Amino acid sequence: MNKELESVYALWKRELIRFYRSKSRVIGSLGMPFFFLTILGTGMNSIFTVPNGGNYLEFIAPGIIGMVLMFGSMFSGIIVIVDRQFGFLKETLVAPVSRTSIVLGKALGGATTALVQGIIIMVIASFLGVNFQIANIALLLLFMLMISVMFVSLGIAIASKMEDMHGFQIIMNFLIMPLFFLSGALFPLSTAPELLRTASMLDPLTYGVQGLRFILLGYSDIPFALCFAVITGFTIAFIAIAVYAFNRIEE
Amino acid sequence: MTNAIEVKKLSKHYKELKAVDEIDLLVEEGAIFGLLGPNGAGKTTLISMLVTMRRPSFGTATVNGFDIRENPGKVRESIGIVFQDQSLDDELTALENLEMHASLYNVPKKERKKRIRELTELVGLEKNLKTIVKTFSGGMKRRLEIARGLLHHPKVLFLDEPTLGLDPQTRAGIWQYIKKLNKEKEVTIVLTTHYMDEADSVCSKIAIIDQGKIIALGSPKSLKNKLGGDVVSIECEKADLCQQELEKIPWVKKAIKHDDSVDARVEKGEKKIPKILAMASKKGIKVNSVNLRKPSLDDVFIHYTGKTIREQEANSLDAMRVRRKIWRHRR
Ligand SMILES: Nc1ncnc2c1ncn2[C@@H]1O[C@H](COP(=O)(O)OP(=O)(O)O)[C@@H](O)[C@H]1O
Ligand SMILES: [Mg+2]
Repeated sequence: MNKELESVYALWKRELIRFYRSKSRVIGSLGMPFFFLTILGTGMNSIFTVPNGGNYLEFIAPGIIGMVLMFGSMFSGIIVIVDRQFGFLKETLVAPVSRTSIVLGKALGGATTALVQGIIIMVIASFLGVNFQIANIALLLLFMLMISVMFVSLGIAIASKMEDMHGFQIIMNFLIMPLFFLSGALFPLSTAPELLRTASMLDPLTYGVQGLRFILLGYSDIPFALCFAVITGFTIAFIAIAVYAFNRIEE
Repeated sequence: MTNAIEVKKLSKHYKELKAVDEIDLLVEEGAIFGLLGPNGAGKTTLISMLVTMRRPSFGTATVNGFDIRENPGKVRESIGIVFQDQSLDDELTALENLEMHASLYNVPKKERKKRIRELTELVGLEKNLKTIVKTFSGGMKRRLEIARGLLHHPKVLFLDEPTLGLDPQTRAGIWQYIKKLNKEKEVTIVLTTHYMDEADSVCSKIAIIDQGKIIALGSPKSLKNKLGGDVVSIECEKADLCQQELEKIPWVKKAIKHDDSVDARVEKGEKKIPKILAMASKKGIKVNSVNLRKPSLDDVFIHYTGKTIREQEANSLDAMRVRRKIWRHRR
């Protein structure tokens, strides 16, 4: 058991080292959320009315954090494909550790890097004038980590089935946009049309964004307990799918 | 002497293709065992099964006494492997790659530093530990992989084409390390290679594999002795005709054409050269050069597979590409 834990730790650390060495790429990937915050947040301020009377920038900030978590973690699943193409996958597959540990190490590593990106964008949002009222910082970090683990597992599951990075990128772009726009990151669910609201309820990110909005701002369309329960459920399910898919990789 | 590896009727089928076909094999402890064979012979597939990367279709094997089907975890703990294709993390430093391996293989924490120092000295990389692997040359990467494969003190080390694509000097260095390892650390070594002369000087025993079957087995010396006699190599025009004519002569044991030459195996070669030249001039075959030698492992290889390994090697890059494509399509 101890042995498996150490392997998980080693693989987690590896993700962090790789993340640290690709700083420029990370900064680039924070460009889009930054523009969402600055342009959308300030430009649309006068058009939108927000339930609790807060400003629009404040309203979308948790949604943008959720987006960064999802982007960062889902794309980090690409490590499975990178490892296959550059051969490192074999080194892990022939090691005397369970594949579950390998998946967990990669998932926790990818999630941690996404968490770091989420925190960076949160700090940026504060500088832009968003006044977060964080009641429970431990809960916030835990919740952000869970959202990340959930999506990185989804990313690993998809990557395990893909032949190359190109295909993976196509699928990601295909998935990420609808998940983001349906999540209620940019508009209140309470005043959305029925059809849109139903679709939103099927989107895991919805519960992430709503939960974050509750922790960060104190209000949400969905009760926090429900958000937490749904994210827990999705996280467990996606880890299971990721382990299953990764187990079926030959060679 | 006990056996490090016992292979029993091991087979791997890919659809109709029998990549490994009921192979039986024993590898003694302490041996440097060479698997030789043309491209696609099944060497990598055989090794993949022995290291529990691929599941056999039929049959089984034990490695260090552990069954590869029943006890893959124990097999993995007791072996090291250097894969045919590179398997390092390029973006990590050499040290980080080694430390990761130590974690994955549960090398005792207290020993790690010492072993890393010792092994990197052995392969001459002690000054490059903090360098990112991406900047390493092919030979340095290979040596790092060998050091990594030994970090957890395996009893058997598998090396799949450890010197393919490296320059001669680096190759010589790597063989030196391998021999040293085998002696000093008493590691049993199973390797595949394309370089016959190197296999000859390094391996204590050799199996020649073709189309998934073992077609010859023995020490390099005994394999060469088995061929017997001399090899007269005739470089000439109309090599096809020359080969046909030589085959007709009763005292020519075998004549094989490769490139622009024909190799004829005969007894007392020095006495046969004039006769061969006479035959050639009668048939109007222009001979450019003649060469007499004792059979080499190359000749053994030609004898059993009908081809030189060089002819195989010329296609090797293509073969690899094709294989990769097939693999992609399959998934
Ligand atoms: N995953 C695979 N799927 C289908 N065929 C394969 C696969 N791997 C290898 N082969 C085929 O099995 C044969 C043996 O390949 P391999 O073991 O790589 O040979 P070698 O290492 O001796 O060059 C080849 O014909 C190759 O094309
Ligand atoms: Mg091979």
